[in-house]
Amino acid sequence: MQNYLIEIFTEFFGNELAAQITTYVLSTVPVLAFIVLFVLFAVWLERKVSAHMQDRLGPMRVGWHGVLQTVADFIKLVQKEDIVADANDKALFNIAPYVVFVSTLATFALIPFTSIFIGSDANIGIFLILSLSGFVVAGILMAGWASNNKYSLYGSLRAAAQIVSYEIPTALVVLTMIMVYGTMSLGEVTIAQTSYFWNWGIFGGPILGLGKILLVPFMFVAFIILFISTLAEKNRTPFDLPESESELVAGFNTEYSGIKFAMFFLSEFANMFLIGSILVIFFFGGYNSPFGYLGNLLEIEWLIPIEQLFWFIGKGMFFVFVDMWLRWTLPRVRVDQLMTICWKYLIPYAFFNLLIVGLILLV
Amino acid sequence: MSENLKIMIKNYLKNTWDGLYTILVGMKVTWKHLFVPSVTLQYPEERVKLPERARNRLFVNINDCIGCMQCATACPVNCIDIETIKGTPADMPGMTSNGKKKALWVTKFEIDIAKCCFCQLCVFPCPTECIEMTDVYEYSEWDRDSLVYAYSNLTPEEIDIKQLNFDKFQVEKEKQKIAAAKAKAKADDAAQKAKEENKEEDKEK
Repeated sequence: MQNYLIEIFTEFFGNELAAQITTYVLSTVPVLAFIVLFVLFAVWLERKVSAHMQDRLGPMRVGWHGVLQTVADFIKLVQKEDIVADANDKALFNIAPYVVFVSTLATFALIPFTSIFIGSDANIGIFLILSLSGFVVAGILMAGWASNNKYSLYGSLRAAAQIVSYEIPTALVVLTMIMVYGTMSLGEVTIAQTSYFWNWGIFGGPILGLGKILLVPFMFVAFIILFISTLAEKNRTPFDLPESESELVAGFNTEYSGIKFAMFFLSEFANMFLIGSILVIFFFGGYNSPFGYLGNLLEIEWLIPIEQLFWFIGKGMFFVFVDMWLRWTLPRVRVDQLMTICWKYLIPYAFFNLLIVGLILLV
Repeated sequence: MSENLKIMIKNYLKNTWDGLYTILVGMKVTWKHLFVPSVTLQYPEERVKLPERARNRLFVNINDCIGCMQCATACPVNCIDIETIKGTPADMPGMTSNGKKKALWVTKFEIDIAKCCFCQLCVFPCPTECIEMTDVYEYSEWDRDSLVYAYSNLTPEEIDIKQLNFDKFQVEKEKQKIAAAKAKAKADDAAQKAKEENKEEDKEK
């Protein structure tokens, strides 16, 4: 799609560089719009799911069953005074939310929403996503340190320790996946799982023959490990130690208010979808429909990308929902339990998985 | 492989299995609760039904009040303020709904509901059962003074008339009393005179 746009703009401007810049700036707009809309919806969903799991009703007043509640909340947040305390490290304090948000937004460039819309089908796709999500740690550390507040510092240090630890099982599983698909580009990973659902990663991927059947249990293990470790990376319950409300006020964003707090919030929920979509891309066929496309059946070509978008967002939302479901099921783990889960369980399993999958692929 | 190592590996695998299995058990519980009807009552639209003997705002049926002040006396926080004027034979307050004669015009019956402690002690002494607890519990006000409820249905002019009537009646009564006293004194006098005359007559005899 970008190439098409670049051609149009080159004709329009008569300059290829200007056309490229315009195209790339323009192609962030739908992603940004998607993130904002998704967050507005996801916050509402989270409140509804949490309420109904506790036999409550949740927001009911603003709009039908409170759908506009988050819009109202967002308007309130934007109106709030942007407080910067005297003892804060002003430069770091002000730059931290942007670092967090921009690095989260940048990862969305590599996500293939449909076969025609992917910000950048770079051949280092997942590698870049992992490194960019590591950049979020820097932003969180900046926020915690610059806040000059013990709770914020605690929160950010915990976040850093947690994300750095869980990066290892994540990376190991991602490595396994790279071995299976033979590429790091997320677009190509998705294309490898085209056609029906038995080609999805969780069912052994695109490999044919005996290897496929042998792979299934190990793909399942890989999926569980990736799910748990990414859950920890985005600081969701049961791994929400960085912002454990009951002990650290709100963790690293205690001192933030107004639009800067909104940015942290936005990137947190955007991260939820990002993680969900990575799981979907690796194990559940990305944007591929499980049953073939209606567009193919009716021979309407433009319908296919819309269907793909529907399947992609649908699958991603399912994992976001599972996150919420887990949040209201499990209590928060202790710091030592957190480290035990990572170093004593996830990493050994991920190593064995890597080894066995490698052997199966060799044979 | 030593026994110890075997046990360790067994424990390790068991821990993993237990961890995953118990999470699934918990998820099943929360999933079930997702479809349990919520217990929330949407307050202004839906309300909890109050118990039959719930004690809330006081209400006075002033038409039945005989102004006996028993409720004001019973009140432990002195939130009831009653003033009365006696009725005159020409202008009596009439009857209560259960057939009792009213002798007093209740010119002021104020309850400071902000002070009220909802003890219900005022309700029991009332001889005509005109003061009672209702089930109204939403009566917050912006102004503290509007929490003083005035139940008396007499206008200030009417109260003035009643006062005037009573004063007139009082004066008339006084006059009558004096007149009666005078008449009595006269009668006494006459009787005395008559007696003395009788005595004198007796002496003369």
